[in-house]
Amino acid sequence: MTSNPISMLGGWVLGIVRGVGYFTRFFVALLARSGIALRRPRLVSQQVHFIGNYSLLIVAVSGMFVGFVLGLQGYYTLNRYGSEEALGLLVALSLVRELGPVVTALLFAGRAGTSLTAEIGLMKAGEQLAAMEVMAVDPLRRVLVPRFWGGVIAMPVLAAVFSSVGILGGWVVGVRLIGVDAGAFWSQMQNGVDVWADVANGVLKSLVFGVTVTLVALYEGWHAQPTPEGVARATTRTVVVGSLAVLGLDFLLTALMFGN
Amino acid sequence: MSRTKTDFWVGLFVLLGAAALVFLALRAGNMSTFSFAPTYTLTASFDNVGGLKARAPVKSAGVVVGRVGAIAFDNKSFQATVTLNVESSYQFPKDTSAAILTSGLLGEQYVGLTAGAEEENFAAGGKIRYTQSAVVLENLISKFLYNTADKQGSTPNSPK
Repeated sequence: MTSNPISMLGGWVLGIVRGVGYFTRFFVALLARSGIALRRPRLVSQQVHFIGNYSLLIVAVSGMFVGFVLGLQGYYTLNRYGSEEALGLLVALSLVRELGPVVTALLFAGRAGTSLTAEIGLMKAGEQLAAMEVMAVDPLRRVLVPRFWGGVIAMPVLAAVFSSVGILGGWVVGVRLIGVDAGAFWSQMQNGVDVWADVANGVLKSLVFGVTVTLVALYEGWHAQPTPEGVARATTRTVVVGSLAVLGLDFLLTALMFGN
Repeated sequence: MSRTKTDFWVGLFVLLGAAALVFLALRAGNMSTFSFAPTYTLTASFDNVGGLKARAPVKSAGVVVGRVGAIAFDNKSFQATVTLNVESSYQFPKDTSAAILTSGLLGEQYVGLTAGAEEENFAAGGKIRYTQSAVVLENLISKFLYNTADKQGSTPNSPK
């Protein structure tokens, strides 16, 4: 039966459809239970602390180095065409539009997403979630919803920090080390970066990525097999699926936002 | 960690994010060039606006006095109608002329206003009569090429 290639294709397609369905139902179930985030905001703020504050250092340091590299490489190319004053514009646009949200989301999947998946997978393996249900506490509401909103709140903040630190990094390399004119660096940047078209769209992107990565992490943890191997596999899948989803969505969002 | 301590760090985290956004908007973005001063509108018709964009600056004597509001095509006169939002603190005489200029060789295009000599000033919604279109590089080059060709054609013994 399964050796029949047509049946295999059918099973494969149905598997994908089933996965999308489970994922969507999981998302809707989380949204439907989100009232607790308003009734007990401290649960969310604890998760913002756990997800956001602890990711701040790696995000800021990465942003700084990405800014350094953009400054160096941008200067190398722009200098050939005698337009090194545009360095500020290049650094700011690359960071605000693309690198800020995307790289932050990838780091976020690695730093916060894995810990969410492992935490929930272990809770499941240790039958803590089942115990909660026995005590008539809905684990989706009590455990997953605060983590979801914590991630959704933390991600845009982290992306904004990444972009800002990156621009400062580009400034350090471009203006302080290489000697691009500081006035031209900032004024070209301000002429070319639009608050709504660039900055606000970047924030929107980071919000979408925050929802995506957090949702993937929670979903993988929630559906992990309650064994050590199952949790390990779920954690790996969080990084792989989360990163691929972010990169795919980024292409789509870029085409929609900046395509014309 | 105690509750109040967590709250403090979360508050600091969110404040940091807000500060980063303000930095992006004001220092990297063009929020600081947004002017919330009251404006009045003037319109001007151009044969060709070139690469002029909405929100491009309107300058007089090099000073920004307003922004381009909208650019539309007038299907009766077959010209471009440009709406200019000029800050109310700047008044211009009725024979002011408008030109589409470029800052530098490759810079952005803007509308330059040159004040005239008339006593009366524009009222809100006034129409600028004297306009000068954007310079289109291709037209200039083709004009130059035709001129050169004409000259060569008129002198019979010109060396090739």
